Amino acid sequence: MGKQTALYQQHIDAGAKMVDFAGWDMPINYGSQIEEHNAVRGDAGVFDVSHMTVVDVSGRDATEYLRHLLANDVAKLDVPGRALYSGMLNEDGGVIDDLIVYRMSFGYRVVVNCATRMKDLAWMAQQTSGYSVSVEERPRLAILAVHGPNSIDKVTALLPAEQADAVRQLGNFRGVEFDPWFIARTGYTGEKGLELIIPETDALTLWVKLLSSGVRPIGLGARDTLRLEAGMNLYGHDMDESVSPIAANMEFSVAWRPEDRDFVGRTAITEHRKQQQAGKLPCLTGLVLEQRGVLREGQKVVTDCGEGIITSGSFSPTLKHSIALARIPVNSKSCQVDIRGTLTPVRIVKPNFVRFGKKIFD
Amino acid sequence: MSNYPDNLKYAASHEWVRIDDEGNATVGISYHAQDALGDIVFVELPEVGTTVHAKEEVAVVESVKAASDIYSPVSGEIIAVNGDLVDAPETVNAQPYDGGWFFKVAMSDESELEELMDADAYAEHCDD
Repeated sequence: MGKQTALYQQHIDAGAKMVDFAGWDMPINYGSQIEEHNAVRGDAGVFDVSHMTVVDVSGRDATEYLRHLLANDVAKLDVPGRALYSGMLNEDGGVIDDLIVYRMSFGYRVVVNCATRMKDLAWMAQQTSGYSVSVEERPRLAILAVHGPNSIDKVTALLPAEQADAVRQLGNFRGVEFDPWFIARTGYTGEKGLELIIPETDALTLWVKLLSSGVRPIGLGARDTLRLEAGMNLYGHDMDESVSPIAANMEFSVAWRPEDRDFVGRTAITEHRKQQQAGKLPCLTGLVLEQRGVLREGQKVVTDCGEGIITSGSFSPTLKHSIALARIPVNSKSCQVDIRGTLTPVRIVKPNFVRFGKKIFD
Repeated sequence: MSNYPDNLKYAASHEWVRIDDEGNATVGISYHAQDALGDIVFVELPEVGTTVHAKEEVAVVESVKAASDIYSPVSGEIIAVNGDLVDAPETVNAQPYDGGWFFKVAMSDESELEELMDADAYAEHCDD
């Protein structure tokens, strides 16, 4: 038996099929992944993502430490509650993990992937050398992500009036602390929604109230198809330590300016960028298969410029055909995928497929 | 209701067979198979008139999770396919033993049925 979140019994009670996810017993679905996916696109759903690792960073040098540790620049976080997405790179410019960092009243809160927890914590500890900073894991916090067009109304209906007002006014990538709760407009679905980071002792009550107000429980299966439609990377699939953020569509999260900010991996990815401009480093792009069939991770891609590979692929419940993320040679114009032995033509699109329930590529 | 009806025979590869009044074999996939695959999104069916051999792959199902081959548990000729699955593949999840059938075979060797499992043996097979 694996590790369990505070809501393990609630998942079983809700009919979950439980699977091992990086040592945790997690719900893959509660019956139908497609129905859960559609509930998030059309109404509201809640994910228990308490298996993710929360790390609080505080101390006099917290800002300078994170400005060195992360490819994005926490100096952009001008007020408490603001959040940004970043890669945490090694010196070779490979991605150790991708994460969200929030500015908090006490410093910063970083949420990293569960499968990479051990190496992340070790790396973060190692990088503290020379900084007056405290890096503390917060294993007793639960995270509930509530997403979908009606999610914010459903959550705010459960909060005291003052808190509800504050949450309703949040912009995207903004959060608010109601100590010990933290509620932010962040997520992994391409829909409006909130992530609630709360003491695990509060998780049960919140979960029950959400379900009573019609919010559907959503498993990790639908979480994957939702994030794929939103064109969001999944660590260990779309990138890892052997892949540059430049080859993983993460350049938007690299803060090149100010030019004198010395973050880990900067020299390497500066070189990667030049290589890509010279056509020598692949890029992560979107693929669309409008005929029957499903693109899957690991399938070989053949383009007019060379070969590539699908890093994430699935059926898109919203679009009702298959979509994928693939790492292929830059400047590729035409593209085929080897689906079970048959080279099948696919279209190359920007790696964003669905936002707010609607198709967003041409 | 049992997930494995008593009037069917089952293959280790999770197909079921039902013998109709004319002695033809209707083939589908078991409750266990559709449950393990998850939501089914495409079904690829054989062509009517095709000759098939037992344990040979004759159809494909794609679910949100994976692609999976469907084997014919018996040899013979395909005499019908369930075209409704092309537009409504989810029927395989909702009614694996009724509306979710895949194809019918005019059997060339009825003794092959003896190699298949009954409901109890198959239920045990799924628990392993």
